[in-house]
Amino acid sequence: MRNYIIKRLLLNIVILFFVALVIYTILRLIPTSYIENLAREKASLPGGKSYKEWLEQLNVLYGMNIGIFRGFIQWLGSAVRGNFGDSWYYNVPVTQKFATVIWNSFFLALVALFLEVFIAIPLGILAARKQYSKTDYAVTVFALIGISLPTFYIATLLKLVFSIKLGWLDLYGTVGRFYDQLSPAGQFLDMAKHYILPVITLTIVSVGSLMRYSRTNMLEVLNSDFIRTARAKGLPERKVINKHAFRNTLIPIVTIVGGMLPGLFGGAMITETLFQIEGIGYTSYRAMVSGDIPFSMFYMIFIAFLTLVGTLIADILYAVVDPRVRVS
Amino acid sequence: MKNDLFEPDVIAGDEIALDSEQRIKVLSPSLLVAKRFFRNRLAIAGLVIISAMFLFSFVGGWVSPYGEDQVFMGYDVMSKDYAGVTVNKEYRYVEKQEGAMPSLLRANFILALNSGKTQFESNGLVYDIVGEGEEFYTVKQNGRELALVSKKIFDAKSAGTVFTYEFRYLAEKAMQPGADTQFEYRGKTFSVEADEGSTSIYTVDGAQKSLYAIVSDFIVNPVSDDVFLSLEFKAAIQNAVNNKKDTFVFTDAKGRQQEYTILRKDFQFFVKKQTSTRLIQIYEGPGKKHLLGTDANGMDLMTRLMYGGRISLIIGFIVILLENTIGVILGGLSGYFGKWLDNLLMRLVDIFNCIPHLPLLIIIGAVMDSMHVNPKTRIYYLMFILGFLYWPGTARMVRGQILSLREREFMTATEAAGLTVSRRIFKHLVPNVIPQLIVLATMGLGDIILMESTLSFLGLGVKFPYASWGNIISAVSNVYVMTNYWFVWIPAGMLILLTVLGFNFIGDGLRDAFDPKMKR
Repeated sequence: MRNYIIKRLLLNIVILFFVALVIYTILRLIPTSYIENLAREKASLPGGKSYKEWLEQLNVLYGMNIGIFRGFIQWLGSAVRGNFGDSWYYNVPVTQKFATVIWNSFFLALVALFLEVFIAIPLGILAARKQYSKTDYAVTVFALIGISLPTFYIATLLKLVFSIKLGWLDLYGTVGRFYDQLSPAGQFLDMAKHYILPVITLTIVSVGSLMRYSRTNMLEVLNSDFIRTARAKGLPERKVINKHAFRNTLIPIVTIVGGMLPGLFGGAMITETLFQIEGIGYTSYRAMVSGDIPFSMFYMIFIAFLTLVGTLIADILYAVVDPRVRVS
Repeated sequence: MKNDLFEPDVIAGDEIALDSEQRIKVLSPSLLVAKRFFRNRLAIAGLVIISAMFLFSFVGGWVSPYGEDQVFMGYDVMSKDYAGVTVNKEYRYVEKQEGAMPSLLRANFILALNSGKTQFESNGLVYDIVGEGEEFYTVKQNGRELALVSKKIFDAKSAGTVFTYEFRYLAEKAMQPGADTQFEYRGKTFSVEADEGSTSIYTVDGAQKSLYAIVSDFIVNPVSDDVFLSLEFKAAIQNAVNNKKDTFVFTDAKGRQQEYTILRKDFQFFVKKQTSTRLIQIYEGPGKKHLLGTDANGMDLMTRLMYGGRISLIIGFIVILLENTIGVILGGLSGYFGKWLDNLLMRLVDIFNCIPHLPLLIIIGAVMDSMHVNPKTRIYYLMFILGFLYWPGTARMVRGQILSLREREFMTATEAAGLTVSRRIFKHLVPNVIPQLIVLATMGLGDIILMESTLSFLGLGVKFPYASWGNIISAVSNVYVMTNYWFVWIPAGMLILLTVLGFNFIGDGLRDAFDPKMKR
């Protein structure tokens, strides 16, 4: 087991290296609109240098004058030491900006994940128990609608209903207008209120796949021999489901939910952008749209890292939770 | 299921053997799959939805009487500035010869006049001011007339009439109280009649009088240069202004009545006319002409939705085709040959899997924005990039299937029969992967349509003038549109939802139908 983990870790480091190389190459190959815009802006100021001179100077300043491979080695050299450069758009070190916004994303995703798990698993199991019944159809359709809904559409619909028609919640932002005058408890409630719509949006669009996954798994478990045995020996249905089937269906679910944990740090880009929540998703969206290479680079590597960690956790959990699985 | 397979009539005859063809209805595997598929109600619903979407997008765009980017114009009555009226408070100069009274002279004249002098000096020359009447002077130098100074404004009846120095002099003399109201100029007789506020000059031809010009304190100018204001109209405005009216009705030469409103601002009056103006019909509600109304550019939304569906579906299918071609070839090679090739390709898949799709697409979209890539080229780029990003999933699935199929007996048989490698892969292995491939592709279509619409919503995918369901919804970034014009964005979102849902229903149904373990 330990050897397996070490092997996987080493492999992941190699993969991450190549991912970084690919992303860095792509980002360097496409023109950096940010520097060009800045040079154009500076050149239009009175008494300044020409656009070309500014472009050259800014390229040197931002380290864009060296070759792609040398640039990558330089980036990698400082990145492994935890220095991802300064964000061009925010004018602060990338990691500093990251540290200020990451927790907003994390809490948003965490609450959504809790809701997701508590809605998806019971409903999935219920649907599987009554396969092809009306309940099953309803759950399936609900899950598929969740999967098929564009995030921006459901977010806008929710805004229209709850913010505009009913006027219960605010359209954007994380705090209300009088946030500073509230007591600490009031501030918490105010913030929580602003997170309601984003959490609902995120839950609706991501609950479907987990629901279907748990339904499929429960079906598989219910069709297996030991369930037939349990029924044959005369156990009450409640016990068959709750003890024998449920525990076995938890194995893959725990695995997949474990694999989702690193993703909590990834940020929900569309949801955060639509509700203007200062999370990692919204922050990097603005950075990416304005052509901020250091921040984009950092965010994409971070997401790649989370993906790898997620897969690793899922694989390890699979072996840990299910004693039948032996690592080869 | 039993009733379908066994026909009860035949069972009655007892000579027929158990496996007789008359007794057993033989169904090919594909027919069985179809049978299972059509028994799934959700799959049927999905099929209906997708067929409807195809009809709507491809036939609809062709049936629709309007074009994709046709802008609809309409007429609306608007109050527009027509003429401006100013009360003249300044002296105006009529020179005898052009340039006879330059601006320096004019300034000196005003200074002298204000201090009550009748003479002034300029550039060493002495000029005389001769008072001819009330606010009416002539400037002379050494007895030679230079110019006439007065506050009156002369408006001619016909365009192109020029008032000469002599005419102005004679006319203004005739207007002085107690003077002869008739004067002769270039062989014609003119008469002057004073009204309240203005004075009319007529040409007299025997007993007949006809209006020649109007003299007043008002300067009336049309707002646009191509309009010549008739004397009657100017007289009507002056009349209204003198009587402090807010509106007046004027009947023009062709007999059309038109109401004008007058807006007063200090010594200026603005005459507004109710004109019908050609306007773009934006955000027009659903009606007979436009079933779903019009959007911010005055384009028919229903037609835009049809063309948008066309683009979304075409993008979806092309990307799936691209993705599956790359995926099947690389996955097939990897699974069949194994060893180092498999290792290499699977690491490539791992790397591609780690590259976050949405951020990369956003960055590329933003760069294309700053490079001003042509919207049509953009669509091709988008398809290409999406296809290139999505292949690893297919490749991994194909590889996994082929790895397990490779070990089966039938593959050993093909090897023993001496079939060529390409024949073994593409004739025997790939057809066995096709069911899973179809399921994955159907579900993938939905994902691609979602991704495309998200990008278009952010303004980084399909761009104007091309319609896409996503970029139609992006109108909601304006909260006013979101609140007041539901017909702009709700139908587009519904279409996305229905299409993706349809593909998912079909994919789901196909997966169940292809699964031989399914008991239905």
